[in-house]
Amino acid sequence: MDMITMPAINMTPILPEIFLSVLAMALLLINVFSPGGSKSYLGYVSFIGIIAAAVLVGAGWNGYIESFNGAVVLDKFATFFKMIFLLSAGMAILITDQYMEREECNHGELYPIILFTTVGMMLMASGTDLMTIFLGLELMSVSLYVLAGFNRKNLKSNEAGLKYFLLGSFSTGFLLYGMALVYGATGTTRISKIAQIVAQMTMPSSNILLLAGVLLLFTGFAFKVAAAPFHMWTPDVYEGAPTPMTAFMSTGPKAAAFAASLRLFLVAFPTLQVEWSQLLWVLAVVTMTVGNITALRQDNIKRMLAYSSIAHAGYCLVGFTAGNGTGTSAILFYMLSYALMNIGAFAIIILVAKKGESNGTVMDLAGFGFKHPALALAMTVFMFSMAGVPPTAGFIGKFYLFSGAIQQGYIWLAILGVLNSAASVYYYLRVIVYMYMKDPTEEFEWTKVTAPVAIALVLSVAGTLVLGVIPSFVLEYAQLAIRLL
Amino acid sequence: MANFNGYLIISAILFSIGTIGVLTRKNSIVIFMCIELMLNAVNLTFITFSRYLGNLDGQIFVFFIMTVAAAEAAVGLALIIAFYNNKDTIDVDEVQLMKW
Repeated sequence: MDMITMPAINMTPILPEIFLSVLAMALLLINVFSPGGSKSYLGYVSFIGIIAAAVLVGAGWNGYIESFNGAVVLDKFATFFKMIFLLSAGMAILITDQYMEREECNHGELYPIILFTTVGMMLMASGTDLMTIFLGLELMSVSLYVLAGFNRKNLKSNEAGLKYFLLGSFSTGFLLYGMALVYGATGTTRISKIAQIVAQMTMPSSNILLLAGVLLLFTGFAFKVAAAPFHMWTPDVYEGAPTPMTAFMSTGPKAAAFAASLRLFLVAFPTLQVEWSQLLWVLAVVTMTVGNITALRQDNIKRMLAYSSIAHAGYCLVGFTAGNGTGTSAILFYMLSYALMNIGAFAIIILVAKKGESNGTVMDLAGFGFKHPALALAMTVFMFSMAGVPPTAGFIGKFYLFSGAIQQGYIWLAILGVLNSAASVYYYLRVIVYMYMKDPTEEFEWTKVTAPVAIALVLSVAGTLVLGVIPSFVLEYAQLAIRLL
Repeated sequence: MANFNGYLIISAILFSIGTIGVLTRKNSIVIFMCIELMLNAVNLTFITFSRYLGNLDGQIFVFFIMTVAAAEAAVGLALIIAFYNNKDTIDVDEVQLMKW
């Protein structure tokens, strides 16, 4: 009689994920069994947990371990992305508390859900099997639906949650159908095996099943990175969700979707690159243009940053279209710098806004530069970085994204990208003009800057400038990460 | 071979019905049911391929999809209820505080 033997499973690659999941579950229990009142301490514990997880992830930089029979891998690519997710989650936790106290919805569940989202993102980055990627993606998405609708007494937050849920699970359907067809065409869900089988096909582009599968996967991921024309949910969800959660979901999850799709398309379907890069070309141009043009006429800052985040996804798609070392490593770099500058900008918005998220338009920033010179300076740095002005991280990122495209001969794509970037300067500068050159319309009373928010702001300003002045060390890491993919 | 094709065609039809339902229906719960229909069409596709290819990966995938769909249902219905508490309707045409 055959005995069922436990396969030897190496748990090291997912040690940080296990740690964060256990921590999140423990915090959930602590939250339930602790008396009411302020739950801020859960935030501090989660933040320390994030730092510990970052140490664990960083310790594995030099390793290369495949585990779970090749379904999960620990490589430099995954490690780099995991660092971005942890940075984004940690910063989001830092800016959350003050906002949630003001909006009177400081429920303790928030922090465990952020941690679960992070675990999902990390699994997406290290998943090398369609199943693991799907599970990571869903863990991330389902947690994000909750975070978007977290302020459950606020109708806008309800709407954001509902829309995100309906459209998000709609897109999951497409992604899954794509996975099913790819499985049908290749007979496996493991990315490395898919790569082998697709490479052996004489004419992969004439295999209808495979092509339809790739197209559906493409749609699903385009939805998750908020690429036009699948971006319709983004402005509403980003505007309605609680501000710190918007900061979080516009950085980490977007990077996670890029991580999974980069691994999938570069590793599994390199022989179809001609086909998918043509699609990406169109997608990149449409995404950049739609994002920037619609951002031009937004008065609400959160909504403006939502459209700007669509445009930033478009810039990254330019690097993806190029598909070479320069372009793809620039995506990694850009996602890191975007996390820094975007969360910083949202931290300022949190400070400016009043209860119920009023005071959230560009006009409300009038006179801000004279009342709070330090904060206005920080906002200026973030806006310049997003616009791509040197010496900021945003400039370096865009420079490498576009030069990757030029190396591959996509001259027009790079030109359109630069033109778009120039158009975007208008709405970023508008914020600065209002801060420094307009008189305040009314006296606004000031909520003080709490220590965590101050730390987040210092971190993001410093990060944005350091990455802009001496980008080489991070770029080297990014290039290493992408080379060994 | 022919009967495998039949299953694939049926699941494609189911998937299309779900998609069309999501795009045309107004009630959040009905939209959600259409999404579930799409997921189950995917499940059928996976199982058909699994049987056709003679390997179990597809069937394992189906278990995961069902589990995730259950989790998604819990969160989704909670969100719909939260919306209903504030607005007394679950019609997506009323989800318009912010422009689509």
